[in-house]
Amino acid sequence: MNTHLNVGEDTKPAYNYAYLDEQTKRMIRRALLKAVAIPGYQVPFGSREMPLARGWGTGGIQVTAAIIGPEDRLKVIDQGADDTTNAVSIRRFFERTADARTTEATDEATIIQTRHRIPEAPLKAGQIMVYQVPQPEPLRKLEPHEAETRKMHAWGEYGLMQVKLYENIARFGEVTTTYDYPVMVNGRYVMAPSPIPKFDNPKMQMSPALQLFGAGREKRIYAVPPHTSVRSLDFEDHPFRIQSWEQPCGLCGAADSYLDEVVIDDQGGRMFVCSDSHHCETRRAEGHRGAMLADASALHLVEDEAKS
Amino acid sequence: MATNETLIGAGFSDPVFQSQTAFRALLAALSEPGQVCELAIAVEPPAGLARATALALLTLADYETPIWLPASLRDGPAGAWLRFHCGATLVEDPARAAFAVIDGASPEPKLAAFNPGDDQFPDRSTTVIVQCAALAGGETMTLEGPGIAGSCAIAPSGLRPGFWDEVAANGALYPCGVDLILSHGAHLIGLPRSTQIQETR
Repeated sequence: MNTHLNVGEDTKPAYNYAYLDEQTKRMIRRALLKAVAIPGYQVPFGSREMPLARGWGTGGIQVTAAIIGPEDRLKVIDQGADDTTNAVSIRRFFERTADARTTEATDEATIIQTRHRIPEAPLKAGQIMVYQVPQPEPLRKLEPHEAETRKMHAWGEYGLMQVKLYENIARFGEVTTTYDYPVMVNGRYVMAPSPIPKFDNPKMQMSPALQLFGAGREKRIYAVPPHTSVRSLDFEDHPFRIQSWEQPCGLCGAADSYLDEVVIDDQGGRMFVCSDSHHCETRRAEGHRGAMLADASALHLVEDEAKS
Repeated sequence: MATNETLIGAGFSDPVFQSQTAFRALLAALSEPGQVCELAIAVEPPAGLARATALALLTLADYETPIWLPASLRDGPAGAWLRFHCGATLVEDPARAAFAVIDGASPEPKLAAFNPGDDQFPDRSTTVIVQCAALAGGETMTLEGPGIAGSCAIAPSGLRPGFWDEVAANGALYPCGVDLILSHGAHLIGLPRSTQIQETR
């Protein structure tokens, strides 16, 4: 494939800036403005074929392509990490097609495209989160017909969702949904927050950043403007709770971040590490040391800032 | 009908980047209602359209989006300009429009004349660009709702009597209702249907 060339060079670019043609961008931009005006409502849009398979973030990529400009700095994360396949390839896609300036630092980014996490560092006003969404319809597992779920949203008929959560509590003693935990946006629409862990749900509440959601295969765009109420569904006697861990991050010692469990040998050994790789690196650079940092450093799995 | 006297002025000189810049201003305006956003792009608007109005339509409108204009603008240079640059259909029925431009001081059409969407597809509503005499110096209105931390105040001037009652009635239709963009010169204020209006005298 030919790469995009800088505008201003004599040669014609191989395709339009940020890959999408201008008519497609206008269509997505109109959908985004309506999505922002009706927080939590899923706006249908004409999702395009992208040069990667559906399910790899085509919705998020189309949203990012419609909003990105030369002034932006783009951060892409996949399950919190900047260095995993999906994040690296999407970042490279925008470097090639939009000459995007990229970063791994959460506070430097103006656009953060994410798969399944919200960064640990607090978001700021002016930042835009772009979520990749596999299934935008929170009611889909309860009601397979689009014609029905659309009516349920239209009439605010969310009893079925409450019954599902109640049955969970009746059977297991607590709500067992741990990711893609349904939220009520602006007191009106029940929304799928994309498969972020429920640990991240409270970060959406009254966030100063603009949050945009793109589902490419399902052809839906939705949004949560800054300073908007996003409440996780719960019951008075069973209030919403986030996950907690018994031990801190093995590398940086953080006790307040979302941790991934990593199996480290075939003897049942395991460790817990921050899922947000930039957060963990930043803390290590600041001198925070977890219990297993020395071991990991000796194996050259991570750099130990204190030694280097 | 365009005649020899009606010369159509230029649109974007750099469509890709100018429309991107303008869109980000529109996105900021509608996601943070009440903030005055500037569209600092050198495009000379046709007679009858504020620069912000012209840029918003140039950025968002195309052959998929019918536009409603007051008859005087529709038959003048503004209509010809939009037909040429956007390829948009200019409609006479306000309820068919995806975008509309109204003069804030003129008594007609009412906001209720435009398409508020329906309960299953509230996104199909009209976006109405209201051209004001100024975005300050008028009656102070307090805004609350999504996109606003606490509350904020705006005071656009040159709006018809009863305009804010219409806006409140539109807000009562939520999640249906039209979305408003107040424009003057190169500046605009977003006023989506989700915003609640409180009057302060």
